[in-house]
Amino acid sequence: MIDFLSKIGRRVLDLFAVAGRLILFVGSALSHCVRPPIYIGNVFRQFWTIGYNSLPVVGLTAVFTGAVLALQSYTGFSRFSAASAIPTVVVVSLTRELGPVLASVMVAGRVGAAIAAELGTMRVTEQIDALDTLATNPMKYLVAPRVLAGLLMMPLLVLVADIIGIMGGFVVSATILGFNQSAYLINTFNALKTMDVVSGLVKAAVFGLIITLLGCFNGYQSRGGAQGVGTATTSAVVYACVLIFFSDYFLTQLFLNR
Amino acid sequence: MNATPPKIVAKGLKKSFGRKIVLDGFDLEVASGESIVVIGGSGSGKSVFLKCLLGLMRPDVGSIVIDGDAMTASTRTVRDRIRRKMGMLFQGGALFDSLTVWENVAFALNERRNGPPVSRRQARELAVEKLGAVGLGSDIADLSPAELSGGMQKRVALARAIAAEPEILLFDEPTTGLDPIMADAINNLILASVQRLGATAVSITHDMASARKIASRIAMLYQGRIIWDGPAADIDSSGNPYLDQFVHGRSEGPIQLQVRAL
Repeated sequence: MIDFLSKIGRRVLDLFAVAGRLILFVGSALSHCVRPPIYIGNVFRQFWTIGYNSLPVVGLTAVFTGAVLALQSYTGFSRFSAASAIPTVVVVSLTRELGPVLASVMVAGRVGAAIAAELGTMRVTEQIDALDTLATNPMKYLVAPRVLAGLLMMPLLVLVADIIGIMGGFVVSATILGFNQSAYLINTFNALKTMDVVSGLVKAAVFGLIITLLGCFNGYQSRGGAQGVGTATTSAVVYACVLIFFSDYFLTQLFLNR
Repeated sequence: MNATPPKIVAKGLKKSFGRKIVLDGFDLEVASGESIVVIGGSGSGKSVFLKCLLGLMRPDVGSIVIDGDAMTASTRTVRDRIRRKMGMLFQGGALFDSLTVWENVAFALNERRNGPPVSRRQARELAVEKLGAVGLGSDIADLSPAELSGGMQKRVALARAIAAEPEILLFDEPTTGLDPIMADAINNLILASVQRLGATAVSITHDMASARKIASRIAMLYQGRIIWDGPAADIDSSGNPYLDQFVHGRSEGPIQLQVRAL
Protein backbone atom coordinates (compact mmCIF):
# COMPACT_ATOMS: atom_id res chain seq x y z
CA MET A 1 0.00 0.00 0.00
CA ILE A 2 2.78 2.36 1.02
CA ASP A 3 4.61 1.34 -2.13
CA PHE A 4 1.56 2.15 -4.24
CA LEU A 5 1.11 5.54 -2.61
CA SER A 6 4.76 6.46 -2.97
CA LYS A 7 4.57 5.59 -6.65
CA ILE A 8 1.63 7.96 -7.13
CA GLY A 9 3.44 10.58 -5.08
CA ARG A 10 6.54 10.33 -7.21
CA ARG A 11 4.53 10.70 -10.42
CA VAL A 12 2.78 13.79 -9.06
CA LEU A 13 6.09 15.32 -7.97
CA ASP A 14 7.61 14.58 -11.40
CA LEU A 15 4.63 16.23 -13.06
CA PHE A 16 5.04 19.38 -11.00
CA ALA A 17 8.79 19.41 -11.64
CA VAL A 18 8.24 19.23 -15.40
CA ALA A 19 5.52 21.88 -15.25
CA GLY A 20 7.85 24.15 -13.31
CA ARG A 21 10.71 23.64 -15.75
CA LEU A 22 8.36 24.24 -18.68
CA ILE A 23 7.08 27.51 -17.21
CA LEU A 24 10.64 28.74 -16.57
CA PHE A 25 11.66 27.69 -20.08
CA VAL A 26 8.68 29.45 -21.69
CA GLY A 27 9.34 32.63 -19.72
CA SER A 28 12.99 32.64 -20.69
CA ALA A 29 12.25 31.78 -24.35
CA LEU A 30 9.68 34.55 -24.73
CA SER A 31 11.92 37.13 -23.10
CA HIS A 32 14.76 36.21 -25.47
CA CYS A 33 12.39 36.76 -28.42
CA VAL A 34 12.22 40.47 -27.64
CA ARG A 35 15.59 41.18 -26.04
CA PRO A 36 18.49 41.91 -28.41
CA PRO A 37 20.69 40.58 -29.84
CA ILE A 38 18.33 38.76 -32.19
CA TYR A 39 19.87 36.43 -34.77
CA ILE A 40 17.98 37.75 -37.81
CA GLY A 41 19.53 35.27 -40.23
CA ASN A 42 18.35 32.36 -38.10
CA VAL A 43 14.89 33.90 -37.77
CA PHE A 44 14.47 34.10 -41.55
CA ARG A 45 15.79 30.59 -42.02
CA GLN A 46 13.10 29.39 -39.61
CA PHE A 47 10.45 31.46 -41.42
CA TRP A 48 11.41 29.43 -44.44
CA THR A 49 11.49 25.96 -42.83
CA ILE A 50 8.49 26.44 -40.54
CA GLY A 51 6.37 28.64 -42.80
CA TYR A 52 7.07 28.08 -46.46
CA ASN A 53 7.95 24.40 -46.25
CA SER A 54 4.69 23.67 -44.39
CA LEU A 55 2.56 25.09 -47.20
CA PRO A 56 2.01 21.81 -49.13
CA VAL A 57 0.86 19.80 -46.13
CA VAL A 58 -1.32 22.62 -44.81
CA GLY A 59 -2.81 23.29 -48.25
CA LEU A 60 -3.66 19.63 -48.83
CA THR A 61 -5.27 19.33 -45.42
CA ALA A 62 -7.29 22.48 -46.04
CA VAL A 63 -8.63 21.56 -49.46
CA PHE A 64 -9.92 18.19 -48.29
CA THR A 65 -11.30 19.61 -45.07
CA GLY A 66 -13.32 22.19 -47.03
CA ALA A 67 -14.55 19.58 -49.48
CA VAL A 68 -15.56 17.07 -46.80
CA LEU A 69 -17.20 19.80 -44.77
CA ALA A 70 -19.43 20.73 -47.72
CA LEU A 71 -20.37 17.10 -48.37
CA GLN A 72 -21.09 16.24 -44.75
CA SER A 73 -23.12 19.35 -44.02
CA TYR A 74 -25.16 18.60 -47.14
CA THR A 75 -26.01 15.16 -45.73
CA GLY A 76 -27.31 16.68 -42.52
CA PHE A 77 -28.82 19.92 -43.73
CA SER A 78 -30.72 18.54 -46.70
CA ARG A 79 -32.79 16.47 -44.25
CA PHE A 80 -34.57 19.63 -43.16
CA SER A 81 -34.20 21.54 -46.42
CA ALA A 82 -31.48 23.82 -45.10
CA ALA A 83 -28.94 23.06 -47.80
CA SER A 84 -28.67 26.78 -48.58
CA ALA A 85 -26.86 27.22 -45.25
CA ILE A 86 -23.88 25.24 -46.53
CA PRO A 87 -21.78 28.23 -47.69
CA THR A 88 -22.19 29.82 -44.26
CA VAL A 89 -21.38 26.61 -42.41
CA VAL A 90 -18.28 26.01 -44.50
CA VAL A 91 -16.87 29.49 -44.19
CA VAL A 92 -17.57 29.92 -40.48
CA SER A 93 -16.33 26.48 -39.40
CA LEU A 94 -13.23 26.76 -41.53
CA THR A 95 -12.10 30.22 -40.49
CA ARG A 96 -13.05 29.91 -36.83
CA GLU A 97 -12.20 26.32 -36.10
CA LEU A 98 -11.06 23.77 -38.62
CA GLY A 99 -8.53 25.93 -40.46
CA PRO A 100 -6.50 26.85 -37.38
CA VAL A 101 -6.86 23.53 -35.54
CA LEU A 102 -6.20 21.13 -38.39
CA ALA A 103 -3.39 23.22 -39.87
CA SER A 104 -1.78 23.44 -36.42
CA VAL A 105 -2.05 19.73 -35.78
CA MET A 106 -0.40 19.06 -39.13
CA VAL A 107 2.33 21.59 -38.38
CA ALA A 108 2.80 20.08 -34.93
CA GLY A 109 3.53 16.76 -36.59
CA ARG A 110 5.86 18.28 -39.13
CA VAL A 111 7.59 21.14 -37.37
CA GLY A 112 7.24 20.27 -33.68
CA ALA A 113 8.77 16.86 -34.26
CA ALA A 114 11.57 18.27 -36.41
CA ILE A 115 12.46 20.91 -33.82
CA ALA A 116 12.50 18.40 -30.97
CA ALA A 117 14.62 15.94 -32.96
CA GLU A 118 17.08 18.59 -34.09
CA LEU A 119 17.55 20.27 -30.70
CA GLY A 120 17.54 16.88 -28.98
CA THR A 121 20.35 15.64 -31.20
CA MET A 122 22.24 18.87 -30.64
CA ARG A 123 21.82 18.37 -26.89
CA VAL A 124 23.06 14.77 -26.79
CA THR A 125 26.00 15.48 -29.11
CA GLU A 126 27.01 18.44 -26.88
CA GLN A 127 26.38 20.99 -29.65
CA ILE A 128 24.22 23.05 -27.29
CA ASP A 129 27.03 22.99 -24.70
CA ALA A 130 29.43 24.01 -27.46
CA LEU A 131 27.27 27.04 -28.28
CA ASP A 132 27.35 28.00 -24.62
CA THR A 133 31.13 27.73 -24.45
CA LEU A 134 31.42 29.85 -27.59
CA ALA A 135 29.69 32.57 -25.52
CA THR A 136 26.50 32.25 -27.58
CA ASN A 137 23.26 31.87 -25.70
CA PRO A 138 21.48 28.81 -27.15
CA MET A 139 18.14 30.24 -26.05
CA LYS A 140 18.79 33.20 -28.33
CA TYR A 141 20.51 31.34 -31.15
CA LEU A 142 18.27 28.26 -31.37
CA VAL A 143 15.06 28.75 -29.43
CA ALA A 144 14.05 32.37 -30.02
CA PRO A 145 14.18 32.19 -33.86
CA ARG A 146 11.98 29.08 -33.87
CA VAL A 147 9.46 30.53 -31.45
CA LEU A 148 9.28 33.80 -33.39
CA ALA A 149 8.78 31.88 -36.62
CA GLY A 150 5.99 29.80 -35.04
CA LEU A 151 4.25 32.90 -33.73
CA LEU A 152 4.42 34.79 -37.04
CA MET A 153 4.18 32.02 -39.64
CA MET A 154 1.28 30.03 -38.20
CA PRO A 155 -1.31 32.82 -38.79
CA LEU A 156 -0.08 33.20 -42.37
CA LEU A 157 -0.36 29.46 -42.94
CA VAL A 158 -3.88 29.48 -41.51
CA LEU A 159 -4.86 32.39 -43.73
CA VAL A 160 -3.76 30.34 -46.73
CA ALA A 161 -5.58 27.30 -45.31
CA ASP A 162 -8.78 29.35 -44.96
CA ILE A 163 -8.70 30.45 -48.58
CA ILE A 164 -7.86 27.00 -49.95
CA GLY A 165 -10.42 25.31 -47.69
CA ILE A 166 -13.24 27.63 -48.77
CA MET A 167 -12.24 26.96 -52.34
CA GLY A 168 -12.38 23.21 -51.70
CA GLY A 169 -15.91 23.55 -50.32
CA PHE A 170 -16.90 25.72 -53.26
CA VAL A 171 -15.61 23.28 -55.86
CA VAL A 172 -17.49 20.35 -54.33
CA SER A 173 -20.70 22.37 -53.85
CA ALA A 174 -20.61 23.74 -57.39
CA THR A 175 -19.80 20.48 -59.13
CA ILE A 176 -21.17 17.58 -57.09
CA LEU A 177 -23.93 19.20 -55.03
CA GLY A 178 -25.22 21.32 -57.91
CA PHE A 179 -25.07 24.74 -56.25
CA ASN A 180 -25.27 27.88 -58.37
CA GLN A 181 -21.68 29.15 -58.40
CA SER A 182 -22.30 32.87 -58.02
CA ALA A 183 -24.99 32.35 -55.38
CA TYR A 184 -22.60 30.18 -53.38
CA LEU A 185 -19.85 32.78 -53.50
CA ILE A 186 -22.20 35.64 -52.63
CA ASN A 187 -23.55 33.65 -49.69
CA THR A 188 -20.00 32.90 -48.56
CA PHE A 189 -18.97 36.54 -48.55
CA ASN A 190 -22.20 37.71 -46.93
CA ALA A 191 -21.75 35.23 -44.12
CA LEU A 192 -18.09 35.99 -43.49
CA LYS A 193 -17.33 38.50 -40.71
CA THR A 194 -13.95 40.02 -39.94
CA MET A 195 -14.08 38.49 -36.47
CA ASP A 196 -14.33 34.99 -37.95
CA VAL A 197 -10.98 35.34 -39.60
CA VAL A 198 -9.37 37.34 -36.80
CA SER A 199 -10.35 34.85 -34.11
CA GLY A 200 -8.93 32.06 -36.27
CA LEU A 201 -5.67 33.92 -36.73
CA VAL A 202 -5.36 34.60 -33.00
CA LYS A 203 -5.83 30.90 -32.40
CA ALA A 204 -3.18 30.17 -35.01
CA ALA A 205 -0.66 32.44 -33.31
CA VAL A 206 -1.27 30.76 -29.95
CA PHE A 207 -1.01 27.30 -31.51
CA GLY A 208 2.20 28.34 -33.30
CA LEU A 209 3.68 29.30 -29.94
CA ILE A 210 2.55 26.03 -28.37
CA ILE A 211 4.08 23.93 -31.17
CA THR A 212 7.46 25.65 -31.25
CA LEU A 213 7.79 26.11 -27.49
CA LEU A 214 7.02 22.46 -26.77
CA GLY A 215 9.28 21.31 -29.59
CA CYS A 216 12.14 23.42 -28.24
CA PHE A 217 11.47 22.48 -24.60
CA ASN A 218 11.42 18.75 -25.24
CA GLY A 219 14.45 18.84 -27.50
CA TYR A 220 16.40 21.11 -25.18
CA GLN A 221 15.75 18.92 -22.13
CA SER A 222 16.32 15.57 -23.83
CA ARG A 223 18.73 13.16 -22.16
CA GLY A 224 20.16 9.78 -22.90
CA GLY A 225 21.14 9.35 -26.52
CA ALA A 226 18.98 8.19 -29.39
CA GLN A 227 16.21 6.89 -27.17
CA GLY A 228 16.01 10.21 -25.34
CA VAL A 229 15.68 12.06 -28.62
CA GLY A 230 12.90 9.69 -29.67
CA THR A 231 11.00 10.26 -26.44
CA ALA A 232 11.48 14.01 -26.78
CA THR A 233 10.07 13.97 -30.31
CA THR A 234 7.03 11.95 -29.29
CA SER A 235 6.35 14.18 -26.28
CA ALA A 236 6.72 17.31 -28.37
CA VAL A 237 4.02 16.22 -30.82
CA VAL A 238 1.65 14.60 -28.33
CA TYR A 239 1.72 17.42 -25.78
CA ALA A 240 1.49 20.06 -28.50
CA CYS A 241 -1.63 18.42 -29.95
CA VAL A 242 -3.26 17.99 -26.55
CA LEU A 243 -2.50 21.59 -25.61
CA ILE A 244 -3.80 22.81 -28.98
CA PHE A 245 -7.20 21.15 -28.41
CA PHE A 246 -7.27 22.22 -24.77
CA SER A 247 -6.51 25.87 -25.44
CA ASP A 248 -8.79 25.78 -28.49
CA TYR A 249 -11.78 25.30 -26.22
CA PHE A 250 -10.95 28.33 -24.10
CA LEU A 251 -10.11 30.50 -27.09
CA THR A 252 -13.41 29.53 -28.69
CA GLN A 253 -15.22 30.48 -25.51
CA LEU A 254 -13.36 33.79 -25.49
CA PHE A 255 -14.54 34.62 -29.02
CA LEU A 256 -18.10 33.29 -28.52
CA ASN A 257 -20.71 35.57 -30.10
CA ARG A 258 -18.14 38.11 -31.20
CA MET B 1 55.36 30.32 -9.10
CA ASN B 2 53.73 31.68 -5.99
CA ALA B 3 54.29 35.23 -7.15
CA THR B 4 51.55 35.14 -9.80
CA PRO B 5 48.02 34.22 -8.69
CA PRO B 6 46.77 30.92 -10.10
CA LYS B 7 44.72 31.06 -13.31
CA ILE B 8 42.04 28.65 -12.12
CA VAL B 9 41.09 27.92 -8.54
CA ALA B 10 38.51 25.25 -7.78
CA LYS B 11 37.72 24.97 -4.11
CA GLY B 12 35.63 22.44 -2.24
CA LEU B 13 33.46 21.41 -5.19
CA LYS B 14 30.62 19.08 -4.32
CA LYS B 15 28.04 17.80 -6.74
CA SER B 16 25.59 14.98 -6.46
CA PHE B 17 22.82 13.67 -8.68
CA GLY B 18 20.08 12.21 -6.55
CA ARG B 19 21.80 9.87 -4.12
CA LYS B 20 24.92 9.53 -6.26
CA ILE B 21 27.79 11.72 -5.08
CA VAL B 22 30.03 12.63 -8.02
CA LEU B 23 32.28 15.38 -6.69
CA ASP B 24 33.06 15.31 -2.99
CA GLY B 25 35.38 18.09 -1.92
CA PHE B 26 37.29 18.62 -5.15
CA ASP B 27 40.19 21.11 -4.88
CA LEU B 28 42.48 22.11 -7.72
CA GLU B 29 44.67 25.08 -8.51
CA VAL B 30 46.08 25.60 -11.98
CA ALA B 31 48.89 28.05 -12.57
CA SER B 32 49.09 30.19 -15.66
CA GLY B 33 50.75 28.42 -18.61
CA GLU B 34 50.51 25.01 -17.03
CA SER B 35 49.15 21.95 -18.81
CA ILE B 36 47.33 19.82 -16.29
CA VAL B 37 45.73 16.48 -17.08
CA VAL B 38 43.10 15.10 -14.73
CA ILE B 39 42.99 11.33 -14.98
CA GLY B 40 40.48 8.96 -13.47
CA GLY B 41 38.23 6.05 -14.30
CA SER B 42 34.85 6.26 -15.92
CA GLY B 43 32.33 7.81 -13.59
CA SER B 44 34.96 9.35 -11.34
CA GLY B 45 33.57 12.84 -11.95
CA LYS B 46 36.02 14.13 -14.56
CA SER B 47 33.35 15.30 -16.97
CA VAL B 48 31.30 16.88 -14.22
CA PHE B 49 34.35 18.88 -13.11
CA LEU B 50 34.90 20.09 -16.66
CA LYS B 51 31.23 21.05 -17.01
CA CYS B 52 31.43 23.02 -13.76
CA LEU B 53 34.59 24.71 -15.01
CA LEU B 54 32.76 25.78 -18.17
CA GLY B 55 29.77 26.98 -16.17
CA LEU B 56 27.49 24.48 -17.89
CA MET B 57 26.72 22.94 -14.53
CA ARG B 58 26.63 24.56 -11.13
CA PRO B 59 28.28 22.70 -8.24
CA ASP B 60 26.12 22.19 -5.14
CA VAL B 61 28.88 23.56 -2.92
CA GLY B 62 32.21 25.20 -3.65
CA SER B 63 33.55 27.82 -6.00
CA ILE B 64 35.48 28.10 -9.24
CA VAL B 65 37.42 31.31 -9.76
CA ILE B 66 39.08 32.06 -13.07
CA ASP B 67 41.33 35.11 -13.27
CA GLY B 68 39.60 36.50 -10.21
CA ASP B 69 36.09 36.11 -11.70
CA ALA B 70 33.78 33.57 -10.11
CA MET B 71 32.33 31.20 -12.68
CA THR B 72 30.03 29.85 -10.01
CA ALA B 73 27.30 32.16 -8.79
CA SER B 74 27.69 34.78 -11.46
CA THR B 75 25.48 36.28 -14.13
CA ARG B 76 25.43 35.21 -17.74
CA THR B 77 27.36 38.36 -18.70
CA VAL B 78 30.23 37.47 -16.37
CA ARG B 79 30.12 33.82 -17.46
CA ASP B 80 30.27 34.83 -21.12
CA ARG B 81 33.20 37.15 -20.36
CA ILE B 82 35.09 34.25 -18.78
CA ARG B 83 34.09 31.93 -21.63
CA ARG B 84 35.59 34.29 -24.19
CA LYS B 85 38.95 33.39 -22.64
CA MET B 86 38.27 29.68 -23.04
CA GLY B 87 38.39 27.23 -25.90
CA MET B 88 36.90 23.81 -25.47
CA LEU B 89 37.45 20.61 -27.44
CA PHE B 90 34.47 18.33 -26.88
CA GLN B 91 34.80 14.56 -26.81
CA GLY B 92 32.62 14.05 -29.88
CA GLY B 93 33.78 17.26 -31.51
CA ALA B 94 30.31 18.83 -31.12
CA LEU B 95 30.60 20.54 -34.50
CA PHE B 96 27.40 22.27 -35.61
CA ASP B 97 26.09 20.08 -38.39
CA SER B 98 23.89 22.81 -39.83
CA LEU B 99 27.02 24.80 -40.69
CA THR B 100 29.92 24.08 -43.03
CA VAL B 101 33.40 23.32 -41.73
CA TRP B 102 34.70 26.85 -42.17
CA GLU B 103 31.56 28.37 -40.66
CA ASN B 104 32.11 26.18 -37.63
CA VAL B 105 35.62 27.50 -37.20
CA ALA B 106 34.58 31.07 -37.95
CA PHE B 107 31.76 30.80 -35.41
CA ALA B 108 34.25 31.37 -32.62
CA LEU B 109 35.68 34.38 -34.44
CA ASN B 110 32.34 36.06 -35.00
CA GLU B 111 30.76 35.39 -31.63
CA ARG B 112 33.73 36.04 -29.41
CA ARG B 113 35.63 38.92 -30.89
CA ASN B 114 35.29 42.21 -29.12
CA GLY B 115 36.31 44.26 -32.13
CA PRO B 116 34.22 45.23 -35.15
CA PRO B 117 32.47 42.39 -37.00
CA VAL B 118 34.44 40.77 -39.80
CA SER B 119 33.02 40.30 -43.28
CA ARG B 120 32.10 36.84 -44.53
CA ARG B 121 35.08 36.76 -46.86
CA GLN B 122 37.54 37.75 -44.17
CA ALA B 123 35.99 35.24 -41.77
CA ARG B 124 36.40 32.49 -44.34
CA GLU B 125 40.05 33.41 -44.94
CA LEU B 126 40.73 33.40 -41.21
CA ALA B 127 38.96 30.09 -40.79
CA VAL B 128 41.00 28.50 -43.59
CA GLU B 129 44.15 29.81 -41.92
CA LYS B 130 43.08 28.20 -38.61
CA LEU B 131 42.33 24.95 -40.43
CA GLY B 132 45.84 25.09 -41.85
CA ALA B 133 47.23 25.27 -38.32
CA VAL B 134 45.73 21.84 -37.56
CA GLY B 135 46.95 20.35 -40.83
CA LEU B 136 43.76 20.61 -42.88
CA GLY B 137 43.61 22.02 -46.40
CA SER B 138 41.18 24.61 -47.72
CA ASP B 139 39.51 21.91 -49.87
CA ILE B 140 37.42 20.69 -46.92
CA ALA B 141 36.31 24.18 -45.85
CA ASP B 142 32.98 23.99 -47.68
CA LEU B 143 32.10 20.43 -46.67
CA SER B 144 29.64 19.71 -43.91
CA PRO B 145 31.06 18.12 -40.73
CA ALA B 146 29.14 14.90 -41.40
CA GLU B 147 31.24 14.31 -44.52
CA LEU B 148 34.47 14.13 -42.50
CA SER B 149 36.04 11.16 -40.72
CA GLY B 150 36.19 11.10 -36.92
CA GLY B 151 39.82 12.18 -36.81
CA MET B 152 39.21 15.07 -39.19
CA GLN B 153 36.19 16.17 -37.17
CA LYS B 154 38.42 16.24 -34.10
CA ARG B 155 40.89 18.43 -35.97
CA VAL B 156 38.17 20.82 -37.08
CA ALA B 157 36.89 20.94 -33.52
CA LEU B 158 40.41 21.73 -32.34
CA ALA B 159 40.68 24.48 -34.95
CA ARG B 160 37.42 25.94 -33.62
CA ALA B 161 38.63 25.72 -30.04
CA ILE B 162 41.87 27.59 -30.76
CA ALA B 163 40.43 29.99 -33.38
CA ALA B 164 39.80 32.87 -31.01
CA GLU B 165 43.24 32.41 -29.40
CA PRO B 166 41.94 31.63 -25.94
CA GLU B 167 44.01 31.89 -22.76
CA ILE B 168 42.58 28.65 -21.42
CA LEU B 169 42.14 25.47 -23.42
CA LEU B 170 39.98 22.61 -22.20
CA PHE B 171 40.15 19.10 -23.65
CA ASP B 172 37.54 16.44 -22.94
CA GLU B 173 38.98 13.00 -23.73
CA PRO B 174 40.79 14.32 -26.81
CA THR B 175 41.96 10.92 -28.05
CA THR B 176 38.98 8.72 -27.24
CA GLY B 177 37.67 6.87 -30.27
CA LEU B 178 40.71 7.53 -32.46
CA ASP B 179 43.25 5.06 -33.76
CA PRO B 180 46.68 5.24 -32.05
CA ILE B 181 48.32 7.11 -34.92
CA MET B 182 45.55 9.69 -35.20
CA ALA B 183 45.54 9.96 -31.38
CA ASP B 184 49.25 10.76 -31.40
CA ALA B 185 48.73 13.33 -34.16
CA ILE B 186 46.00 15.01 -32.10
CA ASN B 187 48.26 14.97 -29.03
CA ASN B 188 50.99 16.69 -31.04
CA LEU B 189 48.54 19.29 -32.30
CA ILE B 190 47.32 19.94 -28.77
CA LEU B 191 50.88 20.31 -27.56
CA ALA B 192 51.74 22.66 -30.42
CA SER B 193 48.60 24.77 -29.99
CA VAL B 194 49.07 25.13 -26.25
CA GLN B 195 52.69 26.18 -26.71
CA ARG B 196 51.96 28.59 -29.54
CA LEU B 197 49.16 30.34 -27.65
CA GLY B 198 50.98 30.18 -24.33
CA ALA B 199 47.69 28.93 -23.00
CA THR B 200 46.78 27.22 -19.77
CA ALA B 201 45.45 23.76 -20.56
CA VAL B 202 43.13 21.53 -18.57
CA SER B 203 42.48 18.07 -20.01
CA ILE B 204 40.58 15.10 -18.74
CA THR B 205 41.36 11.66 -20.06
CA HIS B 206 41.80 8.04 -19.14
CA ASP B 207 44.30 7.49 -21.95
CA MET B 208 47.69 7.34 -20.20
CA ALA B 209 49.69 7.69 -23.41
CA SER B 210 47.88 10.94 -24.12
CA ALA B 211 48.29 12.12 -20.53
CA ARG B 212 52.04 11.48 -20.53
CA LYS B 213 52.40 13.34 -23.78
CA ILE B 214 50.45 16.54 -23.11
CA ALA B 215 50.73 16.97 -19.35
CA SER B 216 53.19 19.03 -17.38
CA ARG B 217 51.26 18.08 -14.27
CA ILE B 218 48.92 15.19 -13.58
CA ALA B 219 46.15 14.92 -11.01
CA MET B 220 44.27 11.74 -10.24
CA LEU B 221 40.59 11.89 -9.47
CA TYR B 222 39.07 9.09 -7.43
CA GLN B 223 35.69 9.03 -5.72
CA GLY B 224 35.07 12.71 -6.22
CA ARG B 225 38.34 14.12 -4.96
CA ILE B 226 41.95 14.54 -6.06
CA ILE B 227 43.99 11.76 -4.46
CA TRP B 228 47.32 12.51 -6.12
CA ASP B 229 48.73 15.60 -7.76
CA GLY B 230 52.25 16.11 -9.08
CA PRO B 231 54.60 16.62 -12.02
CA ALA B 232 53.96 14.35 -15.00
CA ALA B 233 57.44 12.85 -14.67
CA ASP B 234 56.67 11.52 -11.19
CA ILE B 235 53.72 9.27 -12.00
CA ASP B 236 55.82 6.14 -12.27
CA SER B 237 57.45 6.67 -8.90
CA SER B 238 54.58 8.06 -6.91
CA GLY B 239 54.26 5.24 -4.41
CA ASN B 240 50.51 5.83 -4.47
CA PRO B 241 48.78 2.44 -4.91
CA TYR B 242 45.69 4.00 -6.55
CA LEU B 243 47.72 5.90 -9.11
CA ASP B 244 49.98 2.90 -9.72
CA GLN B 245 47.00 0.69 -10.44
CA PHE B 246 45.56 3.23 -12.87
CA VAL B 247 48.82 4.02 -14.63
CA HIS B 248 49.57 0.37 -15.18
CA GLY B 249 46.00 -0.54 -16.01
CA ARG B 250 45.52 -3.41 -13.57
CA SER B 251 42.10 -4.66 -12.60
CA GLU B 252 43.37 -5.82 -9.17
CA GLY B 253 44.22 -3.23 -6.58
CA PRO B 254 42.70 -0.74 -4.19
CA ILE B 255 40.33 0.60 -6.87
CA GLN B 256 37.36 -1.72 -7.12
CA LEU B 257 35.38 -1.69 -10.32
CA GLN B 258 31.91 -0.25 -9.89
CA VAL B 259 29.78 -2.85 -11.52
CA ARG B 260 26.65 -2.25 -9.51
CA ALA B 261 24.39 0.76 -9.94
CA LEU B 262 24.75 3.16 -7.05
